[in-house]
Amino acid sequence: MTPMTPMTATAGRVLRQLRHDPRTIALMLVVPCVLLALLRWLYDGQPHMFDKIGGPLLGIFPFIVMFLVTSVATLRERSTGTLERLLTMPIRKFDIIGGYGLAFGLVAVVQAVLATGLAIGLLGLDVAGSTWLVLLVAVLDAMLGIALGLLVSAFANTEFQAVQFMPAVVLPQFLLCGLFVPRDQMQPVLEVISDLMPLSYAVDAMNRVSNESGVDGLLLRDIGVIAGCVVAAVALGALTLRRRTR
Amino acid sequence: MAKAADGDSADAIVADGLNVERGGRRVLRDLAFTVPRGSVTGLLGPSGCGKSTLMRALTGVQANVRGRLDVLGLPAGDKRLRDRVGYVTQAPSVYADLSVHENLRYFAALLRAPKRDIDRVTEEVDLAAYRDSQVAHLSGGQRARVSLAAALLGTPELLVLDEPTVGLDPVLRRDLWDVFHRLARDGVTLVVSSHVMDEAERCQSLLLMRDGELLAQETPDGLLERTGAKDAEAAFLALIESEPADGTAGGAEGEGAAR
Repeated sequence: MTPMTPMTATAGRVLRQLRHDPRTIALMLVVPCVLLALLRWLYDGQPHMFDKIGGPLLGIFPFIVMFLVTSVATLRERSTGTLERLLTMPIRKFDIIGGYGLAFGLVAVVQAVLATGLAIGLLGLDVAGSTWLVLLVAVLDAMLGIALGLLVSAFANTEFQAVQFMPAVVLPQFLLCGLFVPRDQMQPVLEVISDLMPLSYAVDAMNRVSNESGVDGLLLRDIGVIAGCVVAAVALGALTLRRRTR
Repeated sequence: MAKAADGDSADAIVADGLNVERGGRRVLRDLAFTVPRGSVTGLLGPSGCGKSTLMRALTGVQANVRGRLDVLGLPAGDKRLRDRVGYVTQAPSVYADLSVHENLRYFAALLRAPKRDIDRVTEEVDLAAYRDSQVAHLSGGQRARVSLAAALLGTPELLVLDEPTVGLDPVLRRDLWDVFHRLARDGVTLVVSSHVMDEAERCQSLLLMRDGELLAQETPDGLLERTGAKDAEAAFLALIESEPADGTAGGAEGEGAAR
């Protein structure tokens, strides 16, 4: 076993907390799958519609679920006083945030495997690209939700406020990500806003993987943007954590 | 930064002209005191007098701290102090959804404390029987002890304990004070806050606070002698009543003298 660093110790601790909370695990893993199944059923008469939006939603559902879980989990750390204790101990702020990212990232992998397996294997989602690429993008999208959840929880003082960030931060991205109106057909102002939103790249990437069999520069660019946003949000989350508070 | 370090190494804490402002109000005013190493110092005063703020300043989590506050020869909150200072907040700050052992294992990993430490501190707070119980299922007093146990991990040189014995039965309270005294004999410095005056007699030195000001630093015996009171509670009341009639007059006077 590799020696335990503050970050891996924190990730281990977060996972142990999750293990004591099977209902949360079930919700994180099952909800995206149920939603995808529901979507397939909804478009029972129009399988081409399921093919069209199934891919993007395979990325969006885990994004939303992970965003919610992470933002509340880290807030709980703040409200119970354990965060204050950690900040007096030998651990860097980045290790605390990174530990959460690592633990929930692992859950995101399991979640993506289940959702992708279900969508492609059982529900007959037709994708042109490789299943591995779909999986990769799904994991990245979930990681994006985790990273943004970690970031916004720094700005919430209560769990009440944290859940409000869902409509405030997630829904605008959901509306402008290209699912309802293709991004290049939007009003120019909206298109610019859409260009600035990380979820747009998550959906673009999923669309490319669904519609093209190869890997092109645009896909790599999208993946790069998502990964960059994940790293930036985690770093910003660590920076906004204050050791000294009023 | 190093200038403060060596000369005062006999003292675990040196405060001089220490002020803390919170929401435009000065909650600590011009505190000046020293705490010798290897002692148990009681921090006493009515609720809201600034005890917890002082403790937060000592552990480096309080913002807007002005003046001098050295801990173990370093400015309070210095990075190098993080494995040398143990802190127990008033509300037990442990993970309710983990077991006692899982909590301690995590904190021990961060402190790089040896595994056997976990069993040692579990014994010290008398929770061996609850090792695998989830903290959420424990009583308030037991949770407080888990929080205390976490602070005893490793080799802290200073323990800052905010009301660690609140809500505990007399037997357990006595046992914990025995642990505190044993630690002090081994050279650990303890600052223990309490609003229970009978605990004052268990301390070697007392810091008495009121309204963010330091009323006195005394030994328990010295306090009784000075006030002619029978016990710590009476002494504390005597001391408050001998002060200038009212906080506003006293405060204005104090500020005039300081500026």
